[in-house]
This record gives sequence, structure tokens and C-alpha cells, in this order.
Amino acid sequence: MDLDIHVLHYLVVSTIMLVCGIFGFFTRKNMLATLISVELVLNATNINFAVFNRYLFPGQFEGHFFALFGIAIAAAETAVAIAIIINVYRNIKKIMTDDVTDMNG
Amino acid sequence: MEVNLQEIVFYVVAIVVAVCSALAVSTGRILRAATYLLFVLFGTAAIYIILGYTFLGAVQLMVYAGGIVVLYVFSILLTRSDKDMKYKISKPKLVSVLLTTLVGAALILFLVFTNGFVLNSIPQAGELGVKEIGMALIGGDKYEYVLPFELLSVLLLACMIGGVLIARKR
Amino acid sequence: MEYTLLILLLPLLSFLVLGLAGMRMKHKLAGGIGTFSLAVVALLSYLTAYSYFSLDRTAEGVYPTLQPWNFEWLPFTESLHIDMGILLDPISVMMLVVISTVSLMVHIYSFGYMKGERGFQRYYAFLSLFSFSMLGLVLATNIFQMYVFWELVGVSSYLLIGFYYTKPEAIAASKKAFIVTRFADLGFLVGILIYGYYMGTFTFTPEETNLMGAGMVLPWALGLMFIGGAGKSAMFPLHIWLPDAMEGPTPVSALIHAATMVVAGVYLVARMFPLFIAYAPETLHIVAYVGAFTAFYAAAVACVQSDIKRVLAFSTISQIGFMMVALGVCTSADPHHGGLGYMSSMFHLFTHAMFKALLFLGAGCIIHAVHSNEMSAMGGLRKYMPITHITFLIACLAIAGIPPFSGFFSKDEILTACFQFSPVMGWVMTVIAGMTAFYMFRLYYGIFWGKENKQLHAAHTPRESPLSMTFPLMVLAAITVVGGFIPFGHFVSSDGQSYSIHLDTTVAVTSVIVAVIAIALATFMYAKEKQPVADALKRALPKLWRAAYKRFYMDEIWLFITKKIIFRCISTPVAWFDRHVVDQFLNFMAWSTNAAGEELQPVQSGKIQSYVMCFFGGVVVLTILLLILL
Repeated sequence: MDLDIHVLHYLVVSTIMLVCGIFGFFTRKNMLATLISVELVLNATNINFAVFNRYLFPGQFEGHFFALFGIAIAAAETAVAIAIIINVYRNIKKIMTDDVTDMNG
Repeated sequence: MEVNLQEIVFYVVAIVVAVCSALAVSTGRILRAATYLLFVLFGTAAIYIILGYTFLGAVQLMVYAGGIVVLYVFSILLTRSDKDMKYKISKPKLVSVLLTTLVGAALILFLVFTNGFVLNSIPQAGELGVKEIGMALIGGDKYEYVLPFELLSVLLLACMIGGVLIARKR
Repeated sequence: MEYTLLILLLPLLSFLVLGLAGMRMKHKLAGGIGTFSLAVVALLSYLTAYSYFSLDRTAEGVYPTLQPWNFEWLPFTESLHIDMGILLDPISVMMLVVISTVSLMVHIYSFGYMKGERGFQRYYAFLSLFSFSMLGLVLATNIFQMYVFWELVGVSSYLLIGFYYTKPEAIAASKKAFIVTRFADLGFLVGILIYGYYMGTFTFTPEETNLMGAGMVLPWALGLMFIGGAGKSAMFPLHIWLPDAMEGPTPVSALIHAATMVVAGVYLVARMFPLFIAYAPETLHIVAYVGAFTAFYAAAVACVQSDIKRVLAFSTISQIGFMMVALGVCTSADPHHGGLGYMSSMFHLFTHAMFKALLFLGAGCIIHAVHSNEMSAMGGLRKYMPITHITFLIACLAIAGIPPFSGFFSKDEILTACFQFSPVMGWVMTVIAGMTAFYMFRLYYGIFWGKENKQLHAAHTPRESPLSMTFPLMVLAAITVVGGFIPFGHFVSSDGQSYSIHLDTTVAVTSVIVAVIAIALATFMYAKEKQPVADALKRALPKLWRAAYKRFYMDEIWLFITKKIIFRCISTPVAWFDRHVVDQFLNFMAWSTNAAGEELQPVQSGKIQSYVMCFFGGVVVLTILLLILL
């Protein structure tokens, strides 16, 4: 299998995904939407791990496994975050970030 | 210029991923955002498969697309959060956010392009076998991952218990 | 005699046990622990006294000065270091016996007196603390250790006076006692520092060479130390705290404010006596004049007070004045030529501790029976309380100086010493001794004879106290009866030589005659139901009576000095400076911090998104900076 796709192309795709995630994190006010943006950021990094592994260190698996573990950790993080969000919803019937400002100094 | 099938697939996937991630963060309906996220995750899986990491792609599909997105959809429906999507972002804030993200994007792209990656093709490595992955996951030697694997299992267990504990009705 | 350490450690241990775990104990157990440890201490003290006085005298014919324990605590220089240890010499052993005896009696007595009181365990813990500090004070090997225990004694006195901490008068009295004595202790501390600086040592026996060089400052140092002693021993004009200290429980008054702590000042002067007599005889004379005036003043006030504990308090002040006079009239260390006062002062300290403790404990019984301190609630009590009556009478006869009770012997020696010093002093003290007899018998008749408050006694019949309270009375009365026959001069004398007391017939006869006349006068005036002479005198000299009743306005004078002069002229400007300069500066600091916080507060919006944006922006900026710099 011969790939002629330049490594940069992958990186551009992941960069777009990352920047979209960051933008979404900044602009979204619904906590679930914020979480979706975080998923984008995580995905972008996972892609980078896989790509670098394949292109730069083809004989090893570190990047591959890092991506694998990253997926598992993302799943765990999502589960806890969603549990918290549901609890917040149950308490104040809203999940806007503006309403959850207990860290206000 | 010869264009082979693989390249066509990649570029289609790349465009889908880019567009869908842009839509996922800009759409006004949260359910749609989740759907776009699903497409992005599909695209990511496809990229893994193109790279030859078919197992990773499968995991991506199962865990993300099959598990996490379903979780999202459920919680979206549970919290009826479509009403929480109606808000306005002030202009100065939007400008500052855009500026920050664009400068960040420019910085990342600058770094990527000036780094000088010379490799433009994958060496003949082929597909990564499931057997090798399995052996590496449960091996205890160098470049083998039984310890992180076990650690992760504990983490997932803790998250499960934590999730139940946090979300249960009192 | 290594076991002497136990004398100090047992009360301390008992204090710690009772103080830490006492509240969970039963009353009986807590009291038992305190009393048992004091009983052991008393036994050890008697053992110490016995074995010490059966030691051979040294070649000079004096008892050796022993230090069974001593360790260096804070070394400053080669010779200047603060030690902690135990010193045994005739007067410290004598004090040991006095303190442990009276303290044990008070411990036993308190079983009956404090029965069922709230804070019974606390009371016993404080008693142990006091016993520990007082014993440490008399056993101190050096002036600084003495000072440390001196302050500890002050603290325990404060705690015990304020024992009824829900009573505002008790709180005020405890504060007054602490502040007045603390104020006097400032003089003591300055004296100690001068002494240490010039003598190069804190021990009681400085080097001969240092003494020569410091001949000029030594009188000052000793005088300042005497101020501290005057504060503790309630000498005029620092006596004002002692009458108020009677707010504490009566056994405490007996222990602290009659027998032990208040004589600490006398003990201090006696302790420094070799230096006083050799290098500062003038200072010693000041001690004598202060003592004489105090004795007179307090006796005059005691003649008109109506609160029986106040009468006893002023009587204590007066008697301590006697001891101070006795020390002060010494002109040489040789007992045959002017050093008699030292011995008689110590003797009087010993006998006075016994009979004054007896008087206070008797007063405690009476107060226990009639629930009042005022003489108006008493009268005719001899029918109801025979044991208290007899023991009280013995103590009164002793303090009046009637032979063969102990007070006669010690007081007679004091008067002899005064006559040796100057006839004027001798006659003045004889008159004061007569006043003592008068006011004591006025008190005695007022309590046990006189007009009975039938109405009150019918409502609540006074009853004799339980055995736990009368037993100490009987023991102390027995000591009072036989105490005078102790060959005291054989044990304690100014130069350490054995000295046999021989009564000076003229002095003895004069003083006894004066005492008898005073008692007769008191009998004539107060023994009957009706007291026409006393009332007529009161009407004839209303101003004098009123002034004496108000203690010649000493408290008011002190209040005037502190409130009007010190507070207004010194404290007010200082307070103004403090409030307007120091405080304002700190307020400004606080205000500026607060204002800065107010300004920065919106940054902490609690919105994660803005935090992350700052974070991300920071990362971007830092990366750009890195790229530019590298």
C-alpha cells in the first residue's frame, strides 16, 4: 500500500478540527455543546498521534497506543462530565455556563 | 497528474471532516451539533483506516460513534437543552475570540509548515495486525503496555462509579 | 536528700492530672488525689526538716547550705546563668514545713467547705498548682528561679481569687490582685536585672570582688527587689489588692492570703538579708519604716471593718508589717547585737502562718454556718459552734500576744528587737500590738458574743461544721498552743549560730499589760448586747470612723492616680497616636489590599470559558515570544 498523501495534509485537517474545537469552546454557552467542542479537540490530537506514528516512526506503536488510550480516557471524561451536567440540570433546570458561576471570586 | 483512489478518498474525508467540525461548532441546534460531531468521528475513523490503523478506526467507531455520541444524544434529550442554545454573543467577545483562535491557528499552521517534514509517503508498513496490538497491550516489557492498560481499567471503573454517584437521584 | 525533688514534683503532677483529667473525676477522687499528694509532700517536708536539722553543724557553728538538685538552665556567661534547683538552708526548710502543713490543712478543710461546689476538681488543681509554685519559690537556688516561681504564685493566686468566675466582684478582685502585684514585680525584675548585671550572678551569694565594685548600686537593687516584695506582701501603699482578694473561697484566703504567699515578700527580704545588713542598712531601715506604717495603718482600718474576712485581711497586713519591721530594725548580723529581728521575724512568720490560717479557717466555718461575711449576721455564735469558738479564741489570744500562746513569744521578740533599735519604734510597735489585741477581740466578741441576730438564726440555725473542717482547726490550734515553745533561735538566726531565746522581762510585761488592757477595753465595749460606748464613739468622731471604714480612701487615691493622672496624661496621647497614626497606617494597608481585590475581582468571573481563553491566549503569546527569541 503506497500512500502519496503528504503528512502536511493530515496535519492541516487536524489543525482545522482543533481550531474549530477551541472556537466552539469559547463561544458555546450550552455545556453539552462545550463538551462537543472538547471532543473535537481531543480527536484532533488523536489524529496527530496516529499520523506522526505512521509517518515518522513506522516501526513502532507508541502513537497508536497513545491514541487508543486517549479514546478511552475521552470516553471516561465524557461519562463523568455528562453525569455532572445532568446533576446540574436537575438542580437548576439549566445547563448554561453563565448560570454555573460558583467559582466567581 | 495521476490521482489514485486513495487520494480521492482522503481528500473527500478531509473536506467532510473540516466542514462538519466547522458546522458542529456553529450550528444553532444542539442535536445537529451532535450529528455533525458523529460525522467528524466517522471521518476520523476513516483517516485511521487510511493510515492503516484499522483496529484504531474500529475502536473509534465503537467507542466514540457507538458509545459517546449516543450518550450525548441521550443527555441532550434528557436536559431538553435546545432552549439553552438561544443566546447572543456580544460583538467584542466574538471579535476577541475570533482573533485569538485565528492567531492560534496561524501559529499552528506556521509551525507545521516551517517544520520541514520531508517524508511525503508512508514506508511499506502495511496494516497493523490485531494480534500484535493485543500482545503489546498485555505485555510487560519495554514498548508494551500492560501497566497503562490496567491503570486505564481502574480509571474507567472509577469514572463509572463516580458517574453513577453524581447522577443518581437523592 | 534527693527525695526533696518529690516535694516539688508531686504537687505539679497532681496539678497536671487534675487539670487535664479532673473534670471527668468524681469530686471525692479529685480531692483525694490533691490531698494525698500534699500529705506525701508534708511527710517528706517533715522528714527533710528532721534530717536537715539533725545534720552536724559546720565548723563555724552554722547549718550547712545544701543543694540536693541543681541544673544549669539558661547560661548567659561563665558565671551568669539561670539555674533550676533546690536549696536547703534553715529558713527554706522552715518555710517548707509551714507551707506543707498549712496547705495540707487547707486541702483537708476544703473537702467540707467546697463540698458540692461546681468546679471542685478545678479548685483542687489550682491548689496543687499553688502549692507547687510556693514550694518552688522557697526552695529556689537563685533569685531568678525565685522570680519565675514568684510569678507562678501570682498566677495561681489570680486563678483562685477569681475561682467564682461568675461573680463580677471576684473577677475584679482577681484582676486587681494580679495587676497590683504585677506592677510591683516590675520593680523586682528591674532589681534582679541590676543585681545580675553588677554581681555577674543570680545566686544569693555573689563574689566578694563584685560586691566591692557594686557597693553603690546594691542598695538600689535591693530596694527595687523590696518593692516587689512589698507588692506581694501587701505593704502600704500596694496593700489595696489584699482586702479585695477575700472574694476568693475562704480556705484559699487562709492558704494564700494569710499564711504563705503574702509572706513571700518577708521571705525575699530574709533571703537577701546578708546583703541587706552588710551593704544596704539604710534600705533595711526603709523596710522597717514602711512596715511600721503599714502595721499601724492596717490595724487602724481593721478596728472598724464589719466584714470579718476584711478584718482578718487587714490584720494580716498589719502582722506582715510586724515581720517587715522586725527585719528592718536589724543593725548587724549578730543576734546579740541587733540581729535579733531576723530571728523574731521568721519566728513570727511561722507562728502567724499557723494562727492566721486557723483564724481564716474558723471564719470559713462561721461563714459556712451563717452564709454571710457581715458581723451583723453573727453574734452569740458560741452556743452553736463550740469547737470553732474555742479554736478561734486560742488564735485570738495568740495574735493578741497573751502567754503561753505562740504569738506572745514571737511578738515579744519583735518588740525586743524594736526597743534595741530605738525606743520610739519599740513604743509604736507596742501600741500597734495593743491595737491588734483590741480589734481581734472586737471581732471575737462581734462573732461569738454581743447582740445575736436572732431573726436570722431562727430562720437558719447555725450548726457546727463537719469533722473535715474542724479537724484542721484543732490541729492548727494545737500547733498554736505549743508553737511558742519551739526553740526557734536554735534553728534559725541571723548569722546561723545557735541562739537561745530569753524573754526580756520588761518588754514582755509591758506588752502583756498593753494587750490585757486592750482586751479589757474590747470586752467593755463589745461583749454586751448593747454597745453604748462604741456607738457613742462612732457618733462622736463620724469623719474619722468613716475614713477608717473606707480604708482612709487609699483605693480612691489609687483610682485618682491611675484614672486621672496616668490615663489622662500618658495613656490618652498614646492612645491617640495609636488610633490615628499606627491604626490608620494599617487601615490604609488593608484598604488598599481590599481595593485592589475589588478591582481584580471581576477577573474571577467563575466562567471557565474566559479562564480557558486567557490560558489559550497566554499559550499563544508565549509561543510567539519563544519563536521570536529563539
